[in-house]
Amino acid sequence: MAEKTEKTRSARSSGKTKSNGRRLGGLDREQLHGLLHQMLLGRRFEEKSAEAYALGKIGGFCHLYIGQEAVAVGAMSVLRDDDYVITAYRDHVQALTKGLTPREVMAELYGRVDGRSQGKGGSMHMYSKARNFMGGWGIVGGQIPLATGIGWSIKYRGGDQVVLCFFGEAAVNQGAFHESLNMAALWGLPVIYIVENNRFGMGTAWERASSLYDISQKACAYDMPSLVADGMDTLDMREKVQDAVNRARKDGTPTLIEARCYRFMGHSMSDPVHGVYRTKEEVEEAKKSDPIRRFIHCLKDEDLLTDDEMHAIDEKAQAAADDAAEFAETSPEPGAEALYEHVYAEVPEHGRLFFDTRADR
Amino acid sequence: MAEITYREALNQALAEEMERDESVFLMGEEVGLYNGAYKVSKGLLDRFGEKRVVDTPITELGFAGLGIGAAMTGLRPVIEFMTFNFAILAEDQVFNSAAKMLYMSAGQFNCPIVFRGPTGAALQLSAQHSQSLEAGYSHFPGLKVVTPGTPADAKGLLKAAIRDDDPVAFFEGELLYNLKGDVPDDDDFVIPLGLADVKREGGDVSIITHGKMVNVALQAAAMLSNDGVAAEVVDLRSLRPLDVDAIAASIHKTNRAVYLEEGWAFAGVGTSIVGIIQEELFDDLDAPVLRVSQADVPMPYNKNLEKLAKPSAERVVEACRRVLYR
Repeated sequence: MAEKTEKTRSARSSGKTKSNGRRLGGLDREQLHGLLHQMLLGRRFEEKSAEAYALGKIGGFCHLYIGQEAVAVGAMSVLRDDDYVITAYRDHVQALTKGLTPREVMAELYGRVDGRSQGKGGSMHMYSKARNFMGGWGIVGGQIPLATGIGWSIKYRGGDQVVLCFFGEAAVNQGAFHESLNMAALWGLPVIYIVENNRFGMGTAWERASSLYDISQKACAYDMPSLVADGMDTLDMREKVQDAVNRARKDGTPTLIEARCYRFMGHSMSDPVHGVYRTKEEVEEAKKSDPIRRFIHCLKDEDLLTDDEMHAIDEKAQAAADDAAEFAETSPEPGAEALYEHVYAEVPEHGRLFFDTRADR
Repeated sequence: MAEITYREALNQALAEEMERDESVFLMGEEVGLYNGAYKVSKGLLDRFGEKRVVDTPITELGFAGLGIGAAMTGLRPVIEFMTFNFAILAEDQVFNSAAKMLYMSAGQFNCPIVFRGPTGAALQLSAQHSQSLEAGYSHFPGLKVVTPGTPADAKGLLKAAIRDDDPVAFFEGELLYNLKGDVPDDDDFVIPLGLADVKREGGDVSIITHGKMVNVALQAAAMLSNDGVAAEVVDLRSLRPLDVDAIAASIHKTNRAVYLEEGWAFAGVGTSIVGIIQEELFDDLDAPVLRVSQADVPMPYNKNLEKLAKPSAERVVEACRRVLYR
């Protein structure tokens, strides 16, 4: 995609010189390149994951983020390191953006010991305590009350951190969503609920699942600020989330943000890109507003990115994805001794905790 | 040592642990202003304030999950369910989030939280308010399950549960709140999880049980002693961890056992205990192990039918006679 962009844009951008001091979204050239790198890393990482999945190196369910990069990268670009992020099972790119290394995320996908969850969580369950990345949850909407509790915890301790809670639009119909928004608004908890409206809950289009089209309106029921963001536009995501984060830090006001985006891949690796619930044409049309291409255009239009820079950034992202896969290949499988580890944090002095009859324990 | 009720014992445990550790807070329906639907939290709002004694909307899934998120980030929530019947709405969070996060994160996030509330039948509350659901919770590795049957156990075990670094489901007997008993008033009276307690010694037959049924078992043992049968009552006190050694010690001695539980038999606690007994203590047995449980029906409202549905001391006596072949 970066190559195509070069062909279409080179005539305009090649003759121009770098502009000094120009900023976009409050970010300087270097910071903007950082965002582009993060998006391209997410894209290249997911492409690598798809490849590894096709080769049988990754098992189970594997939900890719391709097409939605602007949501995670734009939103998380306003966070401090000590802020929290929690999300659903389409979690690789949120994990990478929160600072997990490509190696530890890929090794987790491969189910190896160097995975951040030592091969026990897999694709849907990335966590990093060190990075305040709180998962990686597999039940639709299940992470929304947890995010609310993390917000509770911040308030309880008198901190000024915030929580970004990501979930798909289909989760909005779960009770967990409504119960959480009510409590967050009632008690003033610093949580920003970001609906990644990628149009489809698996194969069910949003308008077939909700009596109300405009998700942001759901917040009215809880007297909570809400807004719609362009989830295909990194800087729009950044700006909208920045406002919400400012509010949350200031006085614990939560916000609901509907990020309208689109998933370019199937629901998971076992779901075709198009077919039963959407046409090839629809997907192709959506790809015209590819968030990475849009961001590149935007930077080039403002003379904040040259073709050379773009290629260098993309090569770096590709190299990180390739390196992650090579690393994951060589990471050992967990040994049998790992099976019963991490079930309990505290093993009591008395009594039995496990009730199978395996002779090897 | 003072004679207090089961309710007061729980209240003491909560107050002492909240005093001891700033990160402990109590959250649930009616726990604050109303002083608790069963008055377990009486006076705690006045003493600890709204920050730490929190009235919630009726939103079990939501506040159970909120507690879990708080536990992930260093707090030690005590989540009160008005009864475990209502906690069925929260089970997704308990089973899918709390019980599994340590494993899924390979030890990064533990979940020091207590889910507590009354369980089991009271009087004529009919089908939706009379369930004993601890068997379901015991099914999940990652959870600990505690079932105190006396005031002293209620206090000592709740303190242990709050201090524990894992999620604990703590089942209180709905009809036990007024039960009186001697309870140590020592701030450090903690009963370790996983230690059963022989509530009555005897050499002829073991009545093994947990929770509120301890009191029914003791009644049955008293009735049996009138007939010259010495029944031993083994109160498991916690189901995970489970004191298998105590079960074994009693059966070594008596060679006969009855499991008494308030809930349903199929896929129940007793079924699992009988499984362990036949796998590990087969040679000690002189008779099949029998189970006494609730009738395999939703709880009826009518008083006579309800009585028929509940396990009783008479049924335990009958089961003991059968395993004694007399």
